[in-house]
Amino acid sequence: MSILDPNSDAKNQLKIASLVEAEEAFLAKARKNANSAYFSQNHIEPEKPVKGEPAKGVDPLQRPHNRRHFLASFAVLASSSVAGRAIAQTAASPDGKAPPGAVWRSVPEDATKIPGTAIGEDGGYGTRSQFETEVRWRFGTKTPLSSWSMTPLEHGVGIITPSGLHFERDHGGIATIDPATHKVFVHGMVKQPKKFSMLDVKRFPSISRILFIECSGNGLTEWSKPTLKTVQGTHGLVSTSEWTGVPLSTILNEVGVKSGAKWLLVEGGDSSVMTRSIPIDKAMKDCFLAYGQNGEAIRPEQGYPLRLIAPGYEGNTHIKWVRRIELSDKPFMTREETSKYTDLLPSGKAVQFSLVMDAKSVITRPSGEMTLSGPGFYEITGLAWSGRGRIKRVDVSTDGGRTWKPAGLQGPILPICQTRFRFPWVWDGKEAILQSRCVDETGYVQPTLGQLIEVRGLNGPIGSIYHLNAIQSWKVDTEGRVSNVHYY
Amino acid sequence: MFTTTKLFLQVTACGALFALNTYAVSADPTRYGFGEPASANDLQDFVSSLPDGRDLPAGSGTISKGKQVYDEKCASCHGQKLEGDIGDRLIGGRGTLVNNDPKKAPVKTVESYWPYATTLFDYIKRAMPFYTPGSLTNDEVYSVTGYILSEAKILNGDEPITAKSLSKVAMPNRNGFIPDHRPDHFKPADKHPRLR
Ligand code: HEC
Repeated sequence: MSILDPNSDAKNQLKIASLVEAEEAFLAKARKNANSAYFSQNHIEPEKPVKGEPAKGVDPLQRPHNRRHFLASFAVLASSSVAGRAIAQTAASPDGKAPPGAVWRSVPEDATKIPGTAIGEDGGYGTRSQFETEVRWRFGTKTPLSSWSMTPLEHGVGIITPSGLHFERDHGGIATIDPATHKVFVHGMVKQPKKFSMLDVKRFPSISRILFIECSGNGLTEWSKPTLKTVQGTHGLVSTSEWTGVPLSTILNEVGVKSGAKWLLVEGGDSSVMTRSIPIDKAMKDCFLAYGQNGEAIRPEQGYPLRLIAPGYEGNTHIKWVRRIELSDKPFMTREETSKYTDLLPSGKAVQFSLVMDAKSVITRPSGEMTLSGPGFYEITGLAWSGRGRIKRVDVSTDGGRTWKPAGLQGPILPICQTRFRFPWVWDGKEAILQSRCVDETGYVQPTLGQLIEVRGLNGPIGSIYHLNAIQSWKVDTEGRVSNVHYY
Repeated sequence: MFTTTKLFLQVTACGALFALNTYAVSADPTRYGFGEPASANDLQDFVSSLPDGRDLPAGSGTISKGKQVYDEKCASCHGQKLEGDIGDRLIGGRGTLVNNDPKKAPVKTVESYWPYATTLFDYIKRAMPFYTPGSLTNDEVYSVTGYILSEAKILNGDEPITAKSLSKVAMPNRNGFIPDHRPDHFKPADKHPRLR
C-alpha cells in the first residue's frame, strides 16, 4: 500500500498538502454546522453549575461521583442552542438535500402537532437522522481508486464504529461481487484442494468477535511535525466492528494441511488482486473469514462478501473480497510485504513482517480544532486499543505528561478491541496539554513520540511511515482552542 | 453460572447432532464435507510467486519486447523514464536508504528497495496496468519485468526472462530486511517534556 509515496520530497509534500487541504475543506463546512464538534460559534459548553455546588476550581476527582456530570457532558457536543439548531438545519440542507446516509424530511415547528413519517416509507431499511452529518473523508491521492478514507473518531460514542463510517483502504476501487457466484479456492500444501461457495462457507459453525482494525499507516503524517489538525486526520485509520464468520482453522482442517506448510497466501478478488502472507500458526490460532459486520452482511467497501480477519495484525493483512488461499512452506514476499508495509530505519535496514499493532490510545474529545467555551467541567474521553490483548489501564495527563491520573474504563474490556476511557476534568482557563497513555495486559506501555523516535529514527519526513503508536498531545490555549502539538 | 452451563450443554448437543448429520456425507469424521474438490483446471489461472521461482507460470520474454510493452502500456502513468507520475517511480534511489534526516526522504523503488525480482513479475501480472489489470500475457509480463530491471541496471543482455532467471536475479537490496524485534519496552517517560 503506498499510503504516501515516499519517493521524493516534492511528491511527499504535494501529497501531504493535499491531505491538509482535504481536512481544511471538511473543517470549513463543519465550522458552519451547529451539529459538528467544530462549529465555530458553538463551543463545547462547560456544564452549568449545579445549584449549591461549586462550579470552578474543584477537582471533580475529589467529589463524590455525580451522575449528572457524566450525562450532561455526553450531550454537550450534540446539543446546541435553539439558534444553533436552526443553523444546523440549513447547513445540513441548504437545498433540501440530506447528508449521506440520511433522507431529507421537512421539519415541523412542533412534532407533537402533526403525525410523523409512516412506517415502511424507508423501504424497510432505516437511515440515520438528517441532522447527523459526519462522514469519512478521503485522502487526496491522484486516483480515488487507490486511496483511503478516515473515520470521524471525534463524533463516536461507545466503541463500535458505524459500518458506514468504518475507515477504508482500497488499491483498485471497491469490487462488486455477486455472492451467488463467488468462490473461495484453498490449495497449495493441502491434502485436498477445495472450492467453497458462500453457501458452503456459511454452513460451517460460526464465531463472532468485536475487534478493532487499524491501518499501520495510521498517523504517518505526524512523525516529524504536527501536520493534520483533527483526530480524524491523525488517528482516523482505526475502527471497531463486530465481525462474524468461520475460523480459518475449520477451513484448513477441511482441506487437510500437509506437514511443512508454514505460510498462507490470502488473495482478494478486487482489481488489485491484493495478497499478503500470513503465518500458519496465526491462521490456526484466531484468524477467520468474516461475512458479517455489526449484525448484517459485511459492507462492500469492507470486502463483501468475505474478508479475512487477522486479530491484532495490521489492517492490510485483513484481505478483502477473499477468493483464494494458498499454503506454502515460505512467505510469498508479495509487493505489500516488501515494497510497502516494511519499516525503514535510519540504518537503511527495514523491519519486515511487523504484523502486530502495538498498544495505542488517543483523546477524541476534546481534540484538535474544537473550542472549549470557558472554564468549567469537561469530560475528557477517548479510545485505547492493543493488538496484543486487553487494555489494562489508561492514564490521562492535563499538564503535558508531568502528572498522570487513571481514567475510568468503560466495560466490556475485550481483547484486541477498542476500549473507551473517560476522565472528568475541570478546566481552570489556563493553557493545558491533554494526553492519554495506555498499558495493555502484556505490560506494554504506550511510548511518547520521543521514545518511539529514539527506537525508530526519522528516515525522512514521514519516518518509517508505519506503526506510529505514540502518545498524542492536544494543546488547549487560554481561549479554549484545541490544537495538535508535539509535546514530549 | 448454572444457565451458562446449561446453554453450553445445549450448544454442544446441537453441535454433535449437526456433526452426526455430516458424518453421512463425509468419510472423515473430523470434517464437515462442505465444498467441492478444486481441479487443476480450476486453479490454472491463479498466479502467485515464491522468491525461488516456484509457482510462477511458464513463459519467457525479452528486454527489447519489454520496452515496447512499457512504452505502450505503462509509461503514461509511470513516466517515459520510469520516474513516476500517477504510478510509483520505478527506478533510482540507490544509496538513499541510510538516512536519519527528517527533511530528506529516502527513494524507495524497485531498483533501490525491492528484495526479489519474482515479486515484480507477480505484482505486474496481478495488478497492472492499473485500469486493465490481468490483460497482459505471461510473455509480456516477463518482458516488461526484464525491461524495468534493465533500466534499473540490474539486468542486461539478451538472455530470455523466465521464472528461473528471475529467481536468480541479485536485487541490490536483497539483504536489506530484518525480522520484527518488537515489542519494544518503554518505561513511562521521566524527562521534562516540552513543546517541540
Ligand atoms: C493508469 C495508470 C497506470 C498504468 C497504465 C500502469 N500503472 Fe503501475 N501503478 C499505478 C498506480 C496508481 C500504482 C500504485 C497502486 C497502489 O496504490 O497500490 C502502480 C504501481 C505499480 C508498481 C509498484 C511500485 C512500487 O514501488 O510498489 C509497479 C511495479 C507497476 N505499477 C508497474 C506497472 C507496469 C509494468 C505497467 C504497464 C504494464 C503499469 N504499472 C501500468 C498506475 C499505473
